[in-house]
Amino acid sequence: MIDFEMSEDMKGMRDMINQVAEGTMRPISRQYDEEEHTDPVDWQKMMWDVSKGTSVFGGGPQDKKERSGNGSSKPSERNVGATVTIEELSWGDAGLYLSIPNPGLGGAAVSAAGTPDQKKRFLERFGSGEPKWAAMAITEPGFGSDSAAVATTAVRDGDHWVLNGTKIFCTSGHRALEKSEGFVVVWATVDKSAGRAGIKAFVVDHGTPGVTVTKVEDKLGIRCSDTAAIVLEDARIPLDNVLGDPEVKGPDKKGFKGAMATFDATRPAVAASAIGIGRAAVDFVRDELAKAGVEIHYDRPVMKQSALERDFMEMEANLQAARLLTWRAAWMMDRGMQNNLEASMCKSKAGLAVTQVTQKAVEILGPLGYSRKILLEKWMRDAKINDIFEGTQQINLLIVARRILDYSSKELN
Amino acid sequence: MISFEPNEDQRMMRDTVASFAINQVRPIARDADESCQIPDSIVQQAWELGLIQSAIPEEHGGYGGDRSAVTSALVCEELGYGDLSIALHVLAPRLVTYPVLELGSDEQKNEVLPAYCGDSFVAGTAALMEPAMGFDVNQLSVTASRQNGDYVLDGAKCYVPLGPDARHTVVYAAEDGETKAFLVGSDTPGLAVVEREKIMGIKGLATYELKLDNCKIPASARLEGDVKPIFNRSRIALASLAVGVARAAFEYARDYAKDRHAFGVPIAQKQAIAFMLAEMAIEIDATRLLAWEAAWKLDRGEDATRESCLAKNYAADMVLKVTDNAVQVLGGHGYIRDHMVELWLRNGRGFATFEGLALA
Repeated sequence: MIDFEMSEDMKGMRDMINQVAEGTMRPISRQYDEEEHTDPVDWQKMMWDVSKGTSVFGGGPQDKKERSGNGSSKPSERNVGATVTIEELSWGDAGLYLSIPNPGLGGAAVSAAGTPDQKKRFLERFGSGEPKWAAMAITEPGFGSDSAAVATTAVRDGDHWVLNGTKIFCTSGHRALEKSEGFVVVWATVDKSAGRAGIKAFVVDHGTPGVTVTKVEDKLGIRCSDTAAIVLEDARIPLDNVLGDPEVKGPDKKGFKGAMATFDATRPAVAASAIGIGRAAVDFVRDELAKAGVEIHYDRPVMKQSALERDFMEMEANLQAARLLTWRAAWMMDRGMQNNLEASMCKSKAGLAVTQVTQKAVEILGPLGYSRKILLEKWMRDAKINDIFEGTQQINLLIVARRILDYSSKELN
Repeated sequence: MISFEPNEDQRMMRDTVASFAINQVRPIARDADESCQIPDSIVQQAWELGLIQSAIPEEHGGYGGDRSAVTSALVCEELGYGDLSIALHVLAPRLVTYPVLELGSDEQKNEVLPAYCGDSFVAGTAALMEPAMGFDVNQLSVTASRQNGDYVLDGAKCYVPLGPDARHTVVYAAEDGETKAFLVGSDTPGLAVVEREKIMGIKGLATYELKLDNCKIPASARLEGDVKPIFNRSRIALASLAVGVARAAFEYARDYAKDRHAFGVPIAQKQAIAFMLAEMAIEIDATRLLAWEAAWKLDRGEDATRESCLAKNYAADMVLKVTDNAVQVLGGHGYIRDHMVELWLRNGRGFATFEGLALA
């Protein structure tokens, strides 16, 4: 049945997380934007203690066993629940949300593509001890969206892989490698001549000799989140730290493809974060308009609407459209459905919509909107990243286009 | 619990209407537009699908089904996908039956509803829009004033579908500044059909200008209660019809782009075209979900004014953009009437203007 009502459990969770966001994130939001590269240590410790290091992501598609074996007849709502959680946290502060000690994208890759032994070795640590992070390193100085152009190499040497190369824009890379006992999943090629098929994902643990964080980037927004450059110089990692099949030939459902498949789970998550920021801005504008005595009449003809009313309604509609597309993509994962198209649809829509919504909000509020005394300008800066990471808007459009046209990446690029 | 899956009945209904739209409606859509006429046979076929009778209780001769706006959103999308003129024509009787079902007294129901449960199509209509810029459903210029216990309607209406053929016309008028609905029989003195309108799109649908000149109706002709939910149903129907029109244009442009070669490859392999198509697909899905959500809220008996207005306005922008892009993808060929896309653009342009032409 078509239904837009959250379950009672989900509403309870949403309200609880909203309290966390309002009570603990908003009060320190500005501080950690201004004091870039400083960790909100107490807050991170608190989040670690309450979340026990569980992933904030929904965990991706669920197989049949998981869906039927959860001991209840209710269908799972893990992924929809994750988008709701992430929206609330990002409504609090998107930079802080990204700074929560968490298995993150690195953990998602291990969950999706790792063997039972690998899951145990790399993920068990998130259940106890000090706060930890895991990260994913794909981008290099020489490429961004074209992930098949990986130049970092992995060469087998006896019982080890030896990695060489430079990775940039690695979210939480510094925290994963040098500020906690975490790890980074590094994409490297074992055979450049094999192109995409030669690219494998390797788990590089903290403390691995030859691995250095050379820079933590200064950014437009989400300044609390660390964005690291990592240099690998003859970094030796154990042979069984490769995710999936190390062979170049043959069907590789895990390794590279497995890691790519995590995008179907992480793109709705990024869209949800965008929506949280957008909602913060829309809520703020609504309150300010109400204070100024401006009423929104939804059922007036265009000729009688003010430009302001029209702008505001457009913001609301775009935000809601993005949210519904995002819920749908997550709902499909909960139902075990392939959602590659829908994940890219929601990410593309949400990234752009929220970029525009927050920019319009700053415009509407005028001198107040542009002022650092309130958070609106920060939300505009924070929002923009969602139009870029986990696949730029354009890359997601490309994926949507391939799906609707039934084209391969060779036919449409 | 959040879900995007239509139930079994809804899927069946949608699939039935979809197959009717593809196989029966679409093949005659161009002809209907060119000849400004819709064949009786298609109207009768649609009637036999039970789109009107299903929501009327058995005691009045109907099938006693529900009036779910969500189901209706699904149906409207498919009909709009077939052809907008034909969709609006075959759904027109709802413009009478739904307000009577929602707002009517037992007497009014008894009097009106059985007429719409027979074996053949019976036209019904509503007069809401007015020939003025800034037309506002909340501030109508057609007035209803009390006179010796009766009502007198005065003013002009436009875009009244099937005007002279309608058994009943629901006239919306301002009584003391408040919008109310009145049931007017076709032979009521003072109700005059001026002429069939010549409009840019939906040319198959016969729409008329109406003049109400000292048109006297008994006090019992007024439908009691709040007309807002009726207007919200109209917004949801129009939003869903717009999704159907946009989907038709999108699919046509998509298939054309895969077929048409330029510079040695199908133009769909060029990002300039592929990205347009991708954006069209995303916006169509986005609008559908907004319409569903508004319909869902209305079905729960809640005030869906905000959601249905947002969905309808969003849909009006979306369908114009999508149909315009479809013409653009076809280039010069899109401008030629051999192809359907120019028709969809003309029809799509109407949604910003249309109010109250269909009910979900």
